[in-house]
Amino acid sequence: MQAVLEHSPPAGATARTTKRTGFLLLSPSVLILLVWSIVPLIMTLWYSLQNYNLVDPTLHGFAGIDNYWYLLTDPDFLHALLNTLVLVAGVLVISIGGATLLAVLYDQEFFGRGIARIMVISPFFIMPTVSALLWKNLMLHPIYGVYSAMMRAVGLTPIDWLARFPLMTVMMIVAWEWLPFAVLILLTAVQSLDGEQREAARMDGAGPIARFRYIILPHLGRAISVVVMIETIYLLTIFAEISVTTAGGPGVASTNLAYLIYSRALLQFDVGGASAGGVVAIVIANIVAIFLVRAVARNLEA
Amino acid sequence: MATVELKNLRKTYLTEEIIKGISLSIEEHEFVVFVGPSGCGKSTLLRMIAGLEDITSGDLLIDGQRVNDVEPGKRGLAMVFQSYALYPHMNVYKNMEFGLKLSGMPEAERRAKIENVARTLQLEPYLNHKPGQLSGGQRQRVAIGRAIVRNPKVFLFDEPLSNLDAALRGQMRVELSALHRKLGATTIYVTHDQVEAMTMADKIVVLQKGVVEQIGSPLELYHHPRNLFVARFIGSPPMNFFSAIFQGGDAAGSSVQLRDGSTLYVPVTSPGLLPGTKVTVGIRPEHVELASSGPNSGVVEVIERLGAITLVHVRMPDGEIIVVQTDGAVLTDVNSPISLTLPPRNCHLFAPDGLAFEACHRHPLAA
Ligand SMILES: Nc1ncnc2c1ncn2[C@@H]1O[C@H](COP(=O)(O)OP(=O)(O)OP(=O)(O)O)[C@@H](O)[C@H]1O
Ligand SMILES: [Mg+2]
Repeated sequence: MQAVLEHSPPAGATARTTKRTGFLLLSPSVLILLVWSIVPLIMTLWYSLQNYNLVDPTLHGFAGIDNYWYLLTDPDFLHALLNTLVLVAGVLVISIGGATLLAVLYDQEFFGRGIARIMVISPFFIMPTVSALLWKNLMLHPIYGVYSAMMRAVGLTPIDWLARFPLMTVMMIVAWEWLPFAVLILLTAVQSLDGEQREAARMDGAGPIARFRYIILPHLGRAISVVVMIETIYLLTIFAEISVTTAGGPGVASTNLAYLIYSRALLQFDVGGASAGGVVAIVIANIVAIFLVRAVARNLEA
Repeated sequence: MATVELKNLRKTYLTEEIIKGISLSIEEHEFVVFVGPSGCGKSTLLRMIAGLEDITSGDLLIDGQRVNDVEPGKRGLAMVFQSYALYPHMNVYKNMEFGLKLSGMPEAERRAKIENVARTLQLEPYLNHKPGQLSGGQRQRVAIGRAIVRNPKVFLFDEPLSNLDAALRGQMRVELSALHRKLGATTIYVTHDQVEAMTMADKIVVLQKGVVEQIGSPLELYHHPRNLFVARFIGSPPMNFFSAIFQGGDAAGSSVQLRDGSTLYVPVTSPGLLPGTKVTVGIRPEHVELASSGPNSGVVEVIERLGAITLVHVRMPDGEIIVVQTDGAVLTDVNSPISLTLPPRNCHLFAPDGLAFEACHRHPLAA
């Protein structure tokens, strides 16, 4: 017994070796994470405090908070901030509202339900750029678009949606992309509702609307809050759809924060100003995230 | 309070007929229990009465009105589900209030009603609790309370006690009986449990494969089962059966020859049966008597001592097992030889088609 103990290495040493191996094995991924997220963050912070414009190399050096000052006093920034909020809120309302109704509808038995379900999920598999192009050229184009043809067919003048209502149209396109996700989550939630609960409500004299309002909707509360959280995080950074359809215009009518940063950095070559915008966007995203996570956590606890 | 009448009710799912023409009438204040093996259609029948399942054909009358096409909420019924089906996001008070609110009852009246029912069911301390914070028994009470506040014409219960432990089930059974006596509401109750059926029912409906096998008071089913199925289904431990040869009968009884050659003269009539026909003799374990010697001897195979009673499983020479329920203090041992006495007045005879022979004398408790 004693001999065995002496020959085996001490327990502490084994643990230390294991730990070291663990670190070694972990380090590549930790390094990649560091390089890919922390380094850009520090660089962004650094650039945001610099005068740095690619087309004007004479202007350089420490700028202090000038970049932030210009940004926050820029009417375009406020506009973009507002657009971001409108876009997020609008897409949330449309996609969740629509998804709730569709989820309840798809929970019923009807002929062709399987195919209808696949069709409502399918936008999920289309890349944002592609779906934006589809909408822009195939559906909404004032001359070749399907909607224009439909409007002409009933004698109306086609509307150039992207020029007349740029933000609303982008919102609609993004909502169309996110609807399937919300439907998927909410449909599973609706289906998890205990059948006897619905029947109890029927026995209590609740019609379809009362059942929806008092039984189904409260049951969906958690699922909806999860959808809100996940969608919001992605919707704060919508970019491809705007870039492909309106390029933020006309003017800044459909520019959100992500697109504003892009246009500053890559269209106006103002690296310092764009970095300041990026930092502001990070701060806003984190504020939103904190509120959301708290709200959702509370909802999940209840 | 109300009467319920089923006229040749049928239910077909796709191509399969689940309820095959059930007719039944339920009187005011009556407590009717549906029993039957799993899958026989008890729940389906109850749900058809509730309006949760469509009626394929036949008529359902409540208080003489045909209600086949009336919404479940408008039939004036209340149902207690096996899973309780409480609304998880509402507290106890709101659970009970939901139906009243939808029916447009004023706030003050609702409150008075709910508080009254909560007092009866000892739920007052829990009115602000959510269902998730209650024990199984309390949830059960809330489900019953939610049914009572609506002041329904008929109560429907689908195995309401099956999720409770044995002790609580016993307690709730007594409470439900007391409540029924107090409210006097017509009640339809589905259960698997023999004891619930026997103790609570005014009338038991035995179902098998969507068909009514027998309708009667608990003791009527116990003493005068209409056929083999009911005889086997009612009573625990179940009735013993063995085959015999019919020898002949008169107005006072019929004689059969058992396998060991002895004859038994049972007080049942057997009109039209030919001597020599194979029949089945049935006798309940509690009616078989043990004797140390005599005919019908066998060997004790298993003894189950339950304290108050003892169940003795006796292997007969022809290999069949007969269960005898006897005194708790009986001194028999496994493998010892034993004789059985079969009191003829407690024997039942069943024709080859399974129907019971008519008893010459009705049991006084099952008149
Ligand atoms: N929606 C349905 N579609 C097809 N068949 C069904 C449906 N609901 C019930 N059945 C069938 O109807 C039969 C009776 O079911 P039911 O639930 O009434 O049985 P039960 O007597 O209540 O049984 P248990 O005692 O197990 O609750 C079963 O064979 C079941 O398979
Ligand atoms: Mg059932």
